[in-house]
Amino acid sequence: MKKFILHMCLVLGVIISIFPFYWLIVMATNISSASFKFPPIWTFGDQLLINIQKVFAEVDFLKAITNTIFVSTITTTFVLFFSTLAGFVFAKFEFPGKNKLFFFTLGTMMIPAQLSLIPNFILMQEFGWIDSYKALIIPGLASAFGIFWIKQYAEGAIHDDLLNAARIDGCGIFRMYWSVALPVLRPAIAFLGIFTFMGVWNDYLWPLIVLNDPTKYTLMVALANLKGLHQTDMAVVMTGTLLGTVPLIVLFLIVSKQFISNIAAGAIKD
Amino acid sequence: MEFVGFRNFEYLLKDPLFWKSIANTLIIWILSTIPMIILALVIAFLLNSAFVKFSGLYKTLYFLPNVTAIVSVAIVFGVIFAPNYGLINYFVTLLGFDAIDWHNNSFGVKLAISAMIIWRWTGYNAIIFLAGLQKISGDIYEAAKIDGASSFQIFTKITIPLLKPVLLFVVITSTIGGMQTFVEPQLLVGNSGGAGGEGLTIVLYLYQQAFVKNLYGYGSAIAIGLFFIIILFSLINWKFVQRKG
Repeated sequence: MKKFILHMCLVLGVIISIFPFYWLIVMATNISSASFKFPPIWTFGDQLLINIQKVFAEVDFLKAITNTIFVSTITTTFVLFFSTLAGFVFAKFEFPGKNKLFFFTLGTMMIPAQLSLIPNFILMQEFGWIDSYKALIIPGLASAFGIFWIKQYAEGAIHDDLLNAARIDGCGIFRMYWSVALPVLRPAIAFLGIFTFMGVWNDYLWPLIVLNDPTKYTLMVALANLKGLHQTDMAVVMTGTLLGTVPLIVLFLIVSKQFISNIAAGAIKD
Repeated sequence: MEFVGFRNFEYLLKDPLFWKSIANTLIIWILSTIPMIILALVIAFLLNSAFVKFSGLYKTLYFLPNVTAIVSVAIVFGVIFAPNYGLINYFVTLLGFDAIDWHNNSFGVKLAISAMIIWRWTGYNAIIFLAGLQKISGDIYEAAKIDGASSFQIFTKITIPLLKPVLLFVVITSTIGGMQTFVEPQLLVGNSGGAGGEGLTIVLYLYQQAFVKNLYGYGSAIAIGLFFIIILFSLINWKFVQRKG
């Protein structure tokens, strides 16, 4: 009996956890006025395709998705490249000033992102990068968290013997990085990649600041804009939100086990 | 650009809206963090019980809100907490109360914003707590049981002290996150922070001054104010948890 009650508590938690998704689908599949019905409509409707058509007619949704995929992919690729390169070197090589440099890198993680918002924006203005992908991509190319994450993993995963063997075989540092370190680091890279990709996909404040041109909007800015335009046509807003949410949910469901255990391990490590 | 010395900071300290944004941020932080940590602890304990099957599935479902974009969360919750015909108001009226104007009620705005934060972060923190719980060796519990400790004693004397590093992590990250609350109020009540600025958080005020009104100097002063508040709170958290042990 006690077990049953405890289990019910967990199930109730899950229901609350996924209810907004359910509600999102309900609203996206019904006509707009259904969002304002009293009592509310609880079941799926058949308006999804019509709503999707409306979304695509109202805003350049396809463009927003393409922009978001483009920016997320490029940023993730570079973050992975720089993080693995720097993390590997920090973990496995000695050079003057190494500890100070690593401490400095960690230090940048302690400063809230909002502190650099205005200086970065003014910098983008000076460069003439407002409304360009450069403003979206370049400030996020290197990640202190990524360097830290890879360094921690590399210290345990890459054995010195392996590197020495490679050295005897005549490998240079870059060759060691590419042929020895990268394959070993694969699990850490997979997590960092998905973590970064999701972060860029979901980012709102920075794109909101540096983009004015609607054709350059990322998905999140387009969604917020859609909401601003259509306070009354809620079905359209909800359908857009659903379309912007589904890809990441699917991605997460595919990798959830790995993703969650990495998040937990990152928090517990002391 | 013109050098104005400390004038922006002088103005900041006398600016009632800045202090209001700090108060709002703190109230939202308290309203969200306390229920969130309690709920997360309860979920973690339940999931840690040996009898729970499908714990992987549970973890995934509980974690799902956290990978959802805040923008999406804010839009959906905006409808759930809609002033007239929202879902929450449906239940409120069902219970015989008057519908609440979530956008213009001082407490209502903060409650709606807190609900979004709680929903998004409870599962995440539960998973973190769970990982901490699973690190505690079963031998310690075994020994305590043999010595005749009650469940309550085991919880307060073993689990909580051993969970302290994880608790510290959760409290500090929640504080830093809470001080940076922006998207939820911005999408719920707009750049102004709603009627009377009841939903104006520090970062929303920073955004409004710098990027809506183009007052970059004053925005920077707010950013530095935010920085000091975060440092102050991190130190308080640190001291508090250190001393308790």
